[in-house]
Amino acid sequence: MTAHSVCPANKPGAVASQAPALVTHDLAVGHGKRPLVRGINLTVMPGSITVLIGPNGSGKTTILRTLSGHLRPLAGNIELVGMPLAALSAAERAQTLAALFCERPKTNLLSCYEVVEEGRHPYTGRLGVLGTDDSTAVRASLEATGTWDIANRDFAHISDGQRQRVLLARALCQTPRVLLLDEPTAHLDIRAALDMLTLLRHKAHERGMAIVMSLHEIDLAYKAADQVVCIRDGAVQRVGTPDEVMTAPQVEGLFDLEPETYNPLFGSMELARPAGPPQVFVVAGGGTGTACFRALARAGIPFAAGVLHANDADTLLAQALATQVVAEKAFEPVSDEALAQARTALRSCEHLICCLDTFGTGNARNAELLDEAQRLGMPVFSNAAAYLSWRDRREA
Amino acid sequence: MRSPKLNMSGGAAPAKANAAASATRSRRAIVVATLLTCALVALMLASLCTGSVPTTPADVAELLLGGGAETARRVLWEIRLPRVLTATLLGGALSLSGFLLQTFFANPIADPFVLGVSSGARLAVALAMIVVLGGNHVMSSWLSVAVALAGSLATMGIVLAIARFVRSQSTLIVAGVMVGSACSAATNFLVAFADDTSIVNLHNWSQGSFSGASWPALAPIVLIVITLSLVVFALSKPLGAYQLGEGYAQSVGVNVRALRLVIVLVSSVLSGCVAAFAGPISFVGIAAPHLARMAVGSSKPLLVIPACFLMGAVFCCGCDLVARTLFAPVELSVSAVTAVVGAPIVIALMLRRRMP
Repeated sequence: MTAHSVCPANKPGAVASQAPALVTHDLAVGHGKRPLVRGINLTVMPGSITVLIGPNGSGKTTILRTLSGHLRPLAGNIELVGMPLAALSAAERAQTLAALFCERPKTNLLSCYEVVEEGRHPYTGRLGVLGTDDSTAVRASLEATGTWDIANRDFAHISDGQRQRVLLARALCQTPRVLLLDEPTAHLDIRAALDMLTLLRHKAHERGMAIVMSLHEIDLAYKAADQVVCIRDGAVQRVGTPDEVMTAPQVEGLFDLEPETYNPLFGSMELARPAGPPQVFVVAGGGTGTACFRALARAGIPFAAGVLHANDADTLLAQALATQVVAEKAFEPVSDEALAQARTALRSCEHLICCLDTFGTGNARNAELLDEAQRLGMPVFSNAAAYLSWRDRREA
Repeated sequence: MRSPKLNMSGGAAPAKANAAASATRSRRAIVVATLLTCALVALMLASLCTGSVPTTPADVAELLLGGGAETARRVLWEIRLPRVLTATLLGGALSLSGFLLQTFFANPIADPFVLGVSSGARLAVALAMIVVLGGNHVMSSWLSVAVALAGSLATMGIVLAIARFVRSQSTLIVAGVMVGSACSAATNFLVAFADDTSIVNLHNWSQGSFSGASWPALAPIVLIVITLSLVVFALSKPLGAYQLGEGYAQSVGVNVRALRLVIVLVSSVLSGCVAAFAGPISFVGIAAPHLARMAVGSSKPLLVIPACFLMGAVFCCGCDLVARTLFAPVELSVSAVTAVVGAPIVIALMLRRRMP
């Protein structure tokens, strides 16, 4: 094991070069002898989020319980960081893989701190007494989940959102390389659900931790996942990036929805905008920027966008995701004023992405932003994928 | 606008309070254990001093060292001392048995008495006693423990079978109470029809009392209770994980099936042991662990198990003292006293939890 893979924190660029965290070969899962889902072939990379979607009863939970070792695979096999899952001892497995299932612990006089302490179970001695390292890990994971200030509260008397974050802290202080979650947003209000997913993305990225979870909310799956697995009728229907898999016809088919009821663009909820000053300026318009904005948000890169027109799809999305949006009135050509604002914003960025191939009469003056960027010697990209892979290469 | 709250570190003040809190938790548990030990010693001494032959603490010391009057020494050595030790150990045993069952069922009002396990054990012992005493034999202590264990395991089996079918925790408790009542009725029936001369002790015992305590009976009690208490303490770590759910315990590497089996066996042996030597004693198994948790301020097994044992010991020792002295020379059944003290605690727990 190299030092590199021991300490994957803050090395998002290195993720792609690592070995898969979790692989399944022709896995069949189910209770008893009858397989519920068969032919599951998954590869989950460190630092990535894989989301299982599908109708109720399709076997998402059963798959997760098999991956976690609760249920025996009915066929095929599971490899956890290159080792067959069955060959690992319970303690070894617990040090590599943490699971957070739907069962809600009914505690009686147990503080959040004590609940999180239990996460050190695989590392402590016979009586489970925590050492200094363990206490540090407990504290770090409480802080990471924003639950440090409720650490002394009774676990039975906190909100669902807080409870879920405390349980996540417990899983994180197990320092797993693979984290399995069953419906982590169940029972949470929208705000708590979004915070939860933002936190998961952040942690996956920061620790190079692979996350496999099931989600009910399609819109959230679209926004949070790197890889989406559609499960239905006892089989994996499709595996791919959200953009590949979660097209309107696919999702509508998966859940038996009426055609055109699902619009992947307009989920009314978004993940939180990336924090910090904008790093990249995006020129878009007419819906050309939505994919780019979401890609940047997924990667946690703060950005500015302009000059967009009011009520444009791009503007609506940018207002949720961008750190700064320079907007012009609808149907008006770009004004001097807006252009000046955009220039200022552009100068504070390091890169530019232009999602447009051509400019129309309304946004013709956006071309001046491109010229400005070139004059400043700023790297210019035509889409987010090119930009992100360039960033990854640079960081590696 | 929304802002991601990723690092709400809460500032320096709560952080400091927190670091201190985790250290004070174990200190608090130690303080509680020390105070309970002091209380226990005081109660034991008080129990040794009070009775039809009053003794002063100074006399007690002298008598224990072998001096003093012959009668007083015999009263102390052959009646009071074994009784006090029996009450102490069986109280601890009941409390731990209750704690285990509460952990097992994730239900704060589960205990061997409520679930009918005590009554089942008592029925088995009553049956064996009447059969054996009928043949003019004396049942050995070990035999009665074995019989009580068989009874408690059989009742536990019935309760577990019921638990498989009922989802609701309160239904489980009601079922346990029913099983317990049926067993009690059967025992009363047996006692009523038993030979008059042989049931004086049997009668006392079947109401719940430490009055039958003697040195020969104490040997198995000491051995069983102390060994199993240490076993329970050694299980602190897996029990802690189990408290957070079976699935979770399994995911951190606990062998849940084995742990469940051990919990059932240990709690049955402990409650069987109590039933064999003191009959049914109500509510100690709920009240003592609850008071222990409140005193320690946590239900973390490592901290609460020692406090649980001591609290049970103090509880039973105190209740036995009250039972002996309140209407002396008439002796109350200890179960009556524990019920008066314990029942309000159980009711308070039920009201607070609003069980499904």
